[in-house]
Parts: sequence; structure tokens; C-alpha cells
Amino acid sequence: MAEKISILIVDDEESVRDSLFNWFVEDGYDVECAENAKKALLLLESRQFDIVLADIKMPGMDGMEMHRRIRALNKETIVIIMTAFASVDTAVQALKDGAYDYVTKPFDPDDLSHLIRNATTHIALKAENEALRRKVTTLEDIDDLIGNSDAIRKVLKQVESVAQSNTSVIITGESGTGKELVARAIHSNSPRKYFPLISVHCGALTESLLESELFGHEKGAFTGATFNRKGRFEMADGGTIFLDEIATISPKMQIELLRVLETKSFVRVGGNKEISSDFRVICATNRDLRNMVKNGTFREDLFYRLNVVNITIPPLRERVDDIPLLVNHFIKKYCTSMSRDMITIEPAAVKHLEKFEFPGNVRELENMIERAIVIGNGREIKLKDLPMGKEAISSSVESLDELEMRHIEQILNKYHWNVSRSAKALNIDRVTLYNKIKKYDLKQED
Amino acid sequence: MKEKKIILVSCGPFEKEFLRKIGHAVDLEFRIPVEIEDGHIDLEPFYSPGRRQYEGNKLLQKVSTCTKSDFTKIVGLFRVDLFIPILTYIFGQAMLRGDAAVVSVYRLKNELYGMRKNDALLLDRTIKEVVHELGHTFGLIHCHVPNCVMRSSTYVEDIDQKTTHLCLRCRKAFEEVGE
Repeated sequence: MAEKISILIVDDEESVRDSLFNWFVEDGYDVECAENAKKALLLLESRQFDIVLADIKMPGMDGMEMHRRIRALNKETIVIIMTAFASVDTAVQALKDGAYDYVTKPFDPDDLSHLIRNATTHIALKAENEALRRKVTTLEDIDDLIGNSDAIRKVLKQVESVAQSNTSVIITGESGTGKELVARAIHSNSPRKYFPLISVHCGALTESLLESELFGHEKGAFTGATFNRKGRFEMADGGTIFLDEIATISPKMQIELLRVLETKSFVRVGGNKEISSDFRVICATNRDLRNMVKNGTFREDLFYRLNVVNITIPPLRERVDDIPLLVNHFIKKYCTSMSRDMITIEPAAVKHLEKFEFPGNVRELENMIERAIVIGNGREIKLKDLPMGKEAISSSVESLDELEMRHIEQILNKYHWNVSRSAKALNIDRVTLYNKIKKYDLKQED
Repeated sequence: MKEKKIILVSCGPFEKEFLRKIGHAVDLEFRIPVEIEDGHIDLEPFYSPGRRQYEGNKLLQKVSTCTKSDFTKIVGLFRVDLFIPILTYIFGQAMLRGDAAVVSVYRLKNELYGMRKNDALLLDRTIKEVVHELGHTFGLIHCHVPNCVMRSSTYVEDIDQKTTHLCLRCRKAFEEVGE
């Protein structure tokens, strides 16, 4: 185990505290004692304990009340209640309130060893479960990094070479190109892969929220801070932190971030204890950071600290060769998640997709395929299932005049160039329609 | 520089040969000479009538002051049943990185569990417990290696599973302490 399991013993009897302290210290645990609930809660506010072993009957606040307050402070803490035979009913109540277990005093040495061993196994399994869950998610996401074009191959090669090192990386690329996927790929191929990858969307948070999110906070640090909370840097210990939309952070946060990157230590908001964390930083942005440095909106020192390696992801329009592969991948992905039989796509639809500009990049393509599967016939995606009508036009048309011209042309074609019916559909008079036909030089196709 | 010495205090009627063999095993394990002394401790103040046992923590304090000789570590060997307030019984107790330890043979005897008396097994168990508790006084904590003497034993059968020796890691830790 990377860190020692920490145990807090709470009992008003000194001899009990001392006995348990010696017993657990000899077992190699990190042990602290408190003589009453008040002192225990103060200790719990200042640091985290994995296990609290608390007497049920104490002067002042009893073990039950203390247990409730511990649950409010940190639900992850395992609380074991110690009781005399007379108070077994109360101990049962504590179990109903969420205590891990209870023991009656005095304990058999073997019972105590078993209890703590079970609790530590529980902690280890929980940590392992979280790590595995993250790993599975990561592996799924890696599968999404699809492509055979030279452009994406270059990116994958960069990912491979940078993954083994510990250097900071900035991933740049237009919105929807898959910057987070590349960050996940770097993490999953790095020696840090068994530790968490923590993502923070900097653009979605205000300065104060981002500060609390990154560094964590102590209870009472600000209104609403009712619990101690670990920050993302602390959670990323051993792993990687992914800061998305790094260009949006305020000048104050830029200074704070630079300090953390240099010292790898920080203080929680409202706290005074220096916390160290071993993490790797990967950032992403769709803006030109170098330009921002020139304009003075992004700190130069922070830029150089982050920009050790730069990976630029090409937009989808520059890797048209990958579109058929991506289309098949998304069809497989969504048919599986929607529990449908695998479907195909007609060649005309693929051709059409290859000509499309995709301002929203891979994300837009993914959404198109998902939509087509939902609205389609369930056997094959047809061209008509793709939103190339209004949506396609709206994303490629530049001016209002052009939009008007295309719409009028579409309506005229619909009514076989019957001007009266077309004018009625367009809700304009016939003279106006004639003028528009003249203006845009529209002609009926043979 | 003061010479290193472990004192084994006999706090009950024990055969000399039994004590000598324990002393010899301890000497071999820690490479520190062992002296055997008779401890004249009145056990009555340490008796708990409610539990019909003797309080290990208090005896531990007493043992550390029961000799006038200079010593590095001292270990008291008892025949009576020991306890600490939170536990129903203990085989022994020590001050982690301290200078004193206590061990009782009471729960190490086969007879207590309805089995045939076995003096050799009792000696073997006692040696293991004495070395284990002395290990704590040298700063060693419980070890997970199955046959290491520093492995925690809560049942007498657990004691029989381990050897009288420190595993390589515990040996290294002991040597690093520089005792």
C-alpha cells in the first residue's frame, strides 16, 4: 500500500487509548488519539483518517453524535464503534446510521485484528475499484482515437513518444477535434496509467470556483464550504491532471498555477497546511497561446512551463481520408450502445460527408451519425438521414442573400417552377418573386 | 561506550535451564549478551479482581525499574495471565522503541487448550514471544512474512506457524537501528 492506513482512536479512558495506540503502532498503522469527541472532530477537520475507532459513551458529545458529524465531514471515513455489552442496542443503531462495525469491550485480540484487516481490505478494494473503473473508461476512450491519415498518424506518434516522459504538454486544435482523447491517450500509455486522470474544464468555472476546484478547500473557507474537500491537484496524485481551455484562466489563477507547477505543492482554500502532490500536467486550448503571450493576456513564464511539448490536432477537413473510418466507428459505437443490429451506410452518404466542411469537427460528425441511426430505417444510413438540408446549408452559407437565393430555388423546384404556388409558399407576391428570380438569375433546370 | 546487554527477568518460578535456553536463543538472534536475573515483583498490585488477570501495561512499567544493573533492553517473563484494558488477553507487551517488554507463558501452554503438556513446544513458543516483544523494543513493527518472528499472533497456533528468527527485511531494519 502506498500510504499507511491512518486510525484515530477516540476514548475518554487513557488506558484504552494507550493500549490501542500501542497495538496499532506495532501493526504499522499511522495512529492518533483523542480523549473526547470535540478534540476528535477538530483533528478530523485538520487531516483525513481512514478509520475512526470511537467509544460510544463519552462525556459531552457521545460516540453516536460524533459519528453523525464525522459522516457529515467525510463520508469515506470508516467508523467503528466500541461499546460495552450494556449498549449493544445503541451500537446497532450506529450500524443503521452507517457505522462500519462495532466491537464490545474488551475485545479478543483476534477480533480486533480481523476488524481492522477487513476495514483496510475494504479501503483497498474501494481504491482499486475506482482505479479500475477509471482505467476501463480510459480504455474505451482510447478506442475513439481513430484515423489512418498522415495527420493523425503524426499525432499518434507524438503521443507515443511523449507518454513515457513526465513533461508538460499543450494540445491545440479546433473545437471538437478530440483534444481530451489525446490527453487520455497520453495518460493511458504513460507509467502513470494506474493512477487517476483528472480533468478540469477551466472555461466552465469562475475564478473562485476554479481555485476551490483545483486546490480544494477547508470546511468554512467560504459560504457553502460545509465539508473539507480535496482539490483536483490532490486527487491527481500519482496521475495526470488535464486542464481544458487553459487560455480562459484569469491572471491571478495563472500565477497560482505557475507556483503549483514549480513547487508541486499547494494549500487548500482556507487552509494552512502545505499539501504535496505528484502529478503531470496536460493542457488543451483552441486559442493561439503564443499570440496571447504577445498581447499580454497569458503569462510568458507559465506558457513556457506548460509548452514543453505541443501537439496540434488537425481539423477534420484536413483529414478527409479518416471520415469513412470514423463513420464506421461511430456506427458501431452507437448501434452497440442503443442495442441495435449493426447497420451500414450508403456510399453516396459517405461521399457527401467527405465533402462537408465540419466546422464542429469529429464531434459534429459523431452527432450526425448518432442522429442518422436514430431517425433512419434501422438497416442503412441514407443521404436523407444526414442533416445536410438546413443544417448543412446554415453551416456553409456565408451571406443572407445566398441563403435567400438557395431557399427560393428549393421552393421553385419543389413546385416545379409554378410561380403562383411558390410565391404563396414563400408568403410573398408574384411580382416580388419574379424580381428575386431576376436578381439571383435563377433558371429552371432541364 | 556502554556495553549492550539484555536482561531476562524471571518473574515467577521457572526452571534455570528453561531460562538459559531462552537467553541463548535471544543472544543468537540479536547478537547481544543476555543476563538472567530473578525479579522479586509483588504481583498483587497488578491484579484485577474483576478480570482475574494481571495488567500488562503496569507490569511493563514495573519491569523497567526492577533491576539495578545497566541494560539495553529488559524483558520480564511471567507465569500469570496478562491483559491490557481493551483486550481480553495478551501473550506479551512491549514499549515500541522503548527498553522494556513482558511475556507470559500462561496462554502458551498446551494444557490451557485441553491438550497434552508439551515442554518443548512451550519453550519454542516462549522464545518466539520473547524475541517478538524484544523486536518491538528495537523499533520493529508487525511483519507480513508468514514465518517471520515479527508476524502478529493472536492465537497460539499462529505462534507455531512462525520461526524464532527475523526475516531478511526485519533483520535489515534491526541492523539499521544500530542497537
